[in-house]
Amino acid sequence: MSRVQNAVIGSVKTVLGWMPERWLPGGTPDPLIGRHGEVGRQASRLDGPQKVQGKARFAAEVAMEGMCYATLINSPITRGRIARLDTAAAEAAPGVVLVLTHRNMPRLEIVPVMSISNMGAVGNSALPILQDDQIRYNGQVIALVLAETQEQADHAATLVEIGYEQAPARTRFEEAKANARTPASILTEKNQVSVGDAPRELQQAPYSVDNLYRTPGHNHAAIELHAVTTAWDGDALTLHDATQAIAPTANALAKLFGVRREGVRVLSPFVGGGFGGKAFWDHQVVAIAAARIAARPVRLMLSREAVCRMIGGRTPTEQRVALAADAAGKFTAVVHTGFSVMPTYAVCPEQYSLGSRAAYRSKTYQFGQRHLDLDVVPNTYMRGPGESVGSFAMESAVDELAHQMGIDPIELRRRNEPETHPLSGTAFSQRGVLEAYRMGAERFGWDQRSAAPGTRREGEWLTGMGCATGSFPYVRMPAGAVRIHLTQGGQATVSCSAQDMGMGTSTVQSQHAADRLGLPLEAITFEMGDSDLPPAPMAGGSAQTVSIAAAIAAAADKLTGELLRMAGNASPVAGLRAGEVRLVGGELVSLEDPARRDSFHAILSRAGRETVTVTASASAPLEMLKFAMQSMSAIFCEARVSAVTGEVRVTRLLGSFDCGTILNPKTAASQFRGGMIMGLGMALTEETLFDERSGRIMNASLADYHIPAHLDVPDIEVIWTGIPDPRSPLGARGIGEVGITGVAAAIANAVFNATGKRVRDLPLTLDKLL
Amino acid sequence: MTPFTFARATSPEDAARLAALEGHRLLGGGTNLVDLMRKGVEHPTTLVDVTALSTEIIETARGGLLIGAATRNTALAAHPLVRTRYPVLSRAILAGASAQIRNMATVAGNILQRSRCAYFNDPAASRCNKRAPGSGCDAREGFNRYHAIIGGSPACISAHPSDMCVALVALDAQVHLLGMTGARTVPLAEFYRLPGDTPQIETVMAPGEIITAIELPPLPVAARSDYRKVRDRASYAFALVSVAACASVQDGVLTELRLAFGGIAPKPWRALHAEQALLGGPVTREAVFAAMDLELAEAAPLAGNAFKLELARRTAVAVLADLTGVTA
Ligand SMILES: Cc1cc2nc3c(=O)[nH]c(=O)nc-3n(C[C@H](O)[C@H](O)[C@H](O)COP(=O)(O)OP(=O)(O)OC[C@H]3O[C@@H](n4cnc5c(N)ncnc54)[C@H](O)[C@@H]3O)c2cc1C
Repeated sequence: MSRVQNAVIGSVKTVLGWMPERWLPGGTPDPLIGRHGEVGRQASRLDGPQKVQGKARFAAEVAMEGMCYATLINSPITRGRIARLDTAAAEAAPGVVLVLTHRNMPRLEIVPVMSISNMGAVGNSALPILQDDQIRYNGQVIALVLAETQEQADHAATLVEIGYEQAPARTRFEEAKANARTPASILTEKNQVSVGDAPRELQQAPYSVDNLYRTPGHNHAAIELHAVTTAWDGDALTLHDATQAIAPTANALAKLFGVRREGVRVLSPFVGGGFGGKAFWDHQVVAIAAARIAARPVRLMLSREAVCRMIGGRTPTEQRVALAADAAGKFTAVVHTGFSVMPTYAVCPEQYSLGSRAAYRSKTYQFGQRHLDLDVVPNTYMRGPGESVGSFAMESAVDELAHQMGIDPIELRRRNEPETHPLSGTAFSQRGVLEAYRMGAERFGWDQRSAAPGTRREGEWLTGMGCATGSFPYVRMPAGAVRIHLTQGGQATVSCSAQDMGMGTSTVQSQHAADRLGLPLEAITFEMGDSDLPPAPMAGGSAQTVSIAAAIAAAADKLTGELLRMAGNASPVAGLRAGEVRLVGGELVSLEDPARRDSFHAILSRAGRETVTVTASASAPLEMLKFAMQSMSAIFCEARVSAVTGEVRVTRLLGSFDCGTILNPKTAASQFRGGMIMGLGMALTEETLFDERSGRIMNASLADYHIPAHLDVPDIEVIWTGIPDPRSPLGARGIGEVGITGVAAAIANAVFNATGKRVRDLPLTLDKLL
Repeated sequence: MTPFTFARATSPEDAARLAALEGHRLLGGGTNLVDLMRKGVEHPTTLVDVTALSTEIIETARGGLLIGAATRNTALAAHPLVRTRYPVLSRAILAGASAQIRNMATVAGNILQRSRCAYFNDPAASRCNKRAPGSGCDAREGFNRYHAIIGGSPACISAHPSDMCVALVALDAQVHLLGMTGARTVPLAEFYRLPGDTPQIETVMAPGEIITAIELPPLPVAARSDYRKVRDRASYAFALVSVAACASVQDGVLTELRLAFGGIAPKPWRALHAEQALLGGPVTREAVFAAMDLELAEAAPLAGNAFKLELARRTAVAVLADLTGVTA
């Protein structure tokens, strides 16, 4: 996040700009684009039967011989130190195996934190774990109690006597503004950007809006609680984890505990929801340390309360968005700045202004984010980090301006659609957001919307419609390897340490491998979820699918080369190179002359080989630097607001997506819909109640932290343009996070259309509409 | 959670005897008590299972209903006589919690469920006079959206969370108690105590007394009754404001009225002043607003819950208008 980083990324982009396109990945479109095979088919999840039969084993369900159970104690104070600590009563309690505190915790280094300059790192916090008597935030782990049963551990934890010496803590958002930091960069982007004189345009323009939007903190609330089951065997460590980052976790643990990487095995075949919350936190480290000291296998499953207190969530934001337009409705200023909380020891900058930088053409721009230092659990990534809350501010503002100008909000967006990236001038790889709007508006019945707010009423219910744009950048993670093992009988096993948090990774990559290798879906086995397999990057940034797809493509190329080499001079395909054949129907087929073909079976038999195995790594993701690439959406909402109580009920939601090739309509629709439901929660109900007096979260339970209940979730329709991206593997872009973006704004805009009331701070609770 | 022993009461008398013992707590469905034990708010040494108490719902000689204390919330809401004669009660129950919780929850447990105040439920870090008398109240200047606007005290502003009890108090329900000294009956309206200086004392029950049944009087007006709950999500959230009402109108004027509120007070709030003011007059927006001003004259709203004053008035208008078929 430094000036150096800005300079490096800037110069790489410049060099790439000079390079001919065909030298780059994505320079020639992936030959699988547009081919009708397994990809694009509505395949059911391959792991579905296992899940519905309860046969899928999650991290907290793995049993081990001699296992004991752990409970954590989280600090009830925010800053200070442990002045008195007496573990005698707990240690004497029935069944207790170990009480682990900073006194007997092994001395460990700080876990390297994830960042753009260290993509292989996984840490979410740069704070020491149980290394000293200092309390740095409310909820910090201060002890682990290990016992023969969970109940014994839970009880013994209540017997640890701890006295605290409190110190003043920084807990207030407003007060922290005085010392706000201005980082040089936000992820890969330069933070503060100013083009032209935006303040002057704002003053002079015939139309303008300039407002503050606020979003509260959000708790991670995946259905599966964070959990590990772990054991040591000498210096060999096994960790069954619920994680989005298998290989990076294994690397981090080997370093942290000073053991060989080959001796560390992290297994995570199933994860019950990640959303950015399931990377690397303190619980893995203390459980592993406890297992080492106790020389027993350990299971630790966090309570829901502990998840809220020690797994960071989405940070609160206060954003300013100002827009100015000329008489023709062309933007003359786009301003998006603000404050969010990011302690120095946290990793996520909540990049709310990044989406706005690629959104609209304008004469002038001004962007910049400032970070507030508070003594809180390190905030982290949560589905659609940045864009989810940033699009609430920007897309509400666009709606406000459209209303002021008396223009349809879709039309206003159309008039300001950029042809190239608004700031850099870089070409978009593909951008069909206007097509998404066209399709969405037609399907939704946007023409039924009344432009005048507060004019539609049924009984006590005021009804309205709103729309908003969502977006999330395309990311392909560097590195990532895949192994392909092909048998003479035409069975292929494709392996890497990928993660499946419920998205359908194995299903979709099996479909892809079938097409890439020219084999039927039944012939493919996809192995994943194990750090002993070739390392895949972490599942984050909606990047896993294309990242693994690129690695499979590279491995398939290598396999093709290997088969051609083995085929020998007598083969009909002799003399052809990897780029000159394709794999189809279990054969290598010349692209130029389809009569020249040779089957895998024949080649392997002639070579006297039962199997062939290759491992290859994906090409560097240079397409991201050469092109402006993002998934986009047009979200439509119909909402009712009670004129009596102010209660908001969303009656219809439609998401129209432009995310490249849709690899599997079934799993994709589920991703989009899930994201939209999270957006609905963000709009209507979700809010971490952070008591600024104490620095403590006061709704650390699902009874009090309101995610949408079934009755809150309306009919959600999902459609897409399906236009392939010529620059990405399979023509696909990410779909995991874009679903949440734009939703809160579409709902707030519908509420405005229903009532004439503009709510600029989330959630849209009824008291704000009375 | 602190270890405890488990016993089963075999009869009401047995339950009363066990309830009187040091450290003993009665266990209905456990949906509230067990949570409180997990959080370290309650530390019973023995749990006495009272789900073997009566689960019968029988018609009384007077034509009312006698409801056994161990009746599950779901069973009560579904009972045909409740649904036809006291629809407000069915609707109130069904507006509460989730189907799974209602399947477990008992009538007595629902009446005696404790505060949802975030600070009451946080013994590790928060001050609360109800949980730890004299320690202070963190809610007054903290999160108090779900708290009382009327009937609270400097010591405590916690609101009673039950939906069912709002309907029961509108229906003039009686609570049947049994203690070592015998049985007695208390109107639900007088069963709860306002917090005053002793918010830890929540009811008029004597130590060792148990609830054996709830009795509903015959109440023809209740056939025309309704419950409306206003909350932060469409289901599975506690009331911000709820209204239970039974009303009949003749010649455009209210001839009978029962009106009670949830979410606004330390107990289910029977609005006797408002009832008085409205009886004999038409249901108009102005009349209901005036009656509510009278009812809430003593209200002392706080930063987080002042909106409930307006919300309660408006919801009352809507419910009464719906019930009486006028457009107020
Ligand atoms: C997530 C969640 C959401 C909820 N939402 C709502 C809501 O929206 N609306 C609502 O009204 N409620 C709601 N509830 C509360 C629910 O209604 C109560 O937990 C339930 O009614 C309690 O009944 P129980 O039988 O489980 O009580 P228990 O937990 O078993 O007992 C509660 C108390 O009653 C005492 N007790 C039980 N039986 C007797 C007896 N016979 N005599 C004397 N004392 C007795 C116990 O000792 C204990 O103190 C919610 C609860 C949860 C957990």
